[in-house]
Amino acid sequence: MIRYEGKTVIKLTVNGSVHELAVRPSDLLLDVLREQLGLTAAKPGCKNGDCGACTVVIDGWPAKSCLVLAVEAEGHAILTVEGLGGTAAVQRAFVEENAFQCGYCTSGFLMVCHALQTQHPTLPEEYVIEEWLASNVCRCTSYEEIRAAVGRLYPPEDAP
Amino acid sequence: MIPFNFVYCRPATLEQAYEAFGQLQAEGKNPVYYAGGSEVITLCRAGSIAPGAVIDLKEIPECRVLSADREDLHFGAARTLNDIKESRLVPLLTLCCGRIADHTNQCRITLGGNLCGTILYRETCLPLLLADATVTLFGGRGLHAVPFQSVFDGRMQLEAGEFIVEVGLPGWAAQAPHWHIKRTTNEKIDYPLVSLAALCKDGRLRVALSGVCSYPFRSAEIEDVLNDSSLSIERRVEGAAALLPEPAYSDVRGSGQYRVFVLKNTLQTLLEAFSNDQI
Repeated sequence: MIRYEGKTVIKLTVNGSVHELAVRPSDLLLDVLREQLGLTAAKPGCKNGDCGACTVVIDGWPAKSCLVLAVEAEGHAILTVEGLGGTAAVQRAFVEENAFQCGYCTSGFLMVCHALQTQHPTLPEEYVIEEWLASNVCRCTSYEEIRAAVGRLYPPEDAP
Repeated sequence: MIPFNFVYCRPATLEQAYEAFGQLQAEGKNPVYYAGGSEVITLCRAGSIAPGAVIDLKEIPECRVLSADREDLHFGAARTLNDIKESRLVPLLTLCCGRIADHTNQCRITLGGNLCGTILYRETCLPLLLADATVTLFGGRGLHAVPFQSVFDGRMQLEAGEFIVEVGLPGWAAQAPHWHIKRTTNEKIDYPLVSLAALCKDGRLRVALSGVCSYPFRSAEIEDVLNDSSLSIERRVEGAAALLPEPAYSDVRGSGQYRVFVLKNTLQTLLEAFSNDQI
């Protein structure tokens, strides 16, 4: 059985690289990513699991990193916007559709959309897309453009 | 951030988890079991709880089961709502899981966490109450299965250190006609004013409710009225609404009076669908 007490060194796999980090068991993944690894794409918003600005992808599924302990992410593959490399399909789609205004929520939306495309390589039903996108909030209300960006991830020939 | 430290344990077996609970309690750590973590982390950050230790059950194989055999369906307590949804093993459970929180949080919230949570709605209990589910627990009496209804009276009644391993549903529950209606004040993703789950077994309607009162419940008296075909639908709805086990719950999302209004509307929809064979 694993037991961590006080500051402990753990290994986290982030964007394909293994990092040794000294964390407290109560440290949140969001804070560790931002403050120890300097990966500031995941944004602190509500810090209550509501807004989705801190969304990262863990083992292919979206997760709000404000609601994940860093220690429990051990042994799992964590992906942040920095790991998308700037040229991922989802990033190109957001640029092409101008799917942002202030940009604060964009990282979270990018990760949700990237995970959606990973889990649903072919066009899912509309309610599935709506369900996934409803996990995040955009206070600039760029929802139409974000939905259009998701459309670009699925060319018409992918439609069932 | 969480403004205090705690011990984090990740047991690999049921026995290790229970022993860890006893050990940490003896150390004065006031431990809590942990799986998805969304409620524990939120309450810790808000200062509502301050456990000295959390015991993460996610890696215990028995808590991760997700299977169907000829007679039963099994859902490990550490399975996420999304796991259960994606499995599509029990349509009514799929529907209920799909209306709790948002999709990303469904990828973290677990079945056990929802059932044992302090948030009063615990909507995953509704199909379990209706389908005569069994729940397997681990604690001082070892591993043992009991009827879900015997340990759930609005919230889980567990002994100190005891935890849920898995929930079992009979195969018929996957085939039974069913219905789920969740009414919220404004947004689709919100706590319910009324969350109603219904199953039809042997031509009889079974109904469980969350959001109407301060705890979720299934009531034999309400079901008797709803199934009394000698009464009009309107009389059945009025009769059922008069049989709530306590005054309707009232909070900022809706007064008790409003919840009863929404409940009647929801029951009307259900009974009309049931009488028209649309369930």
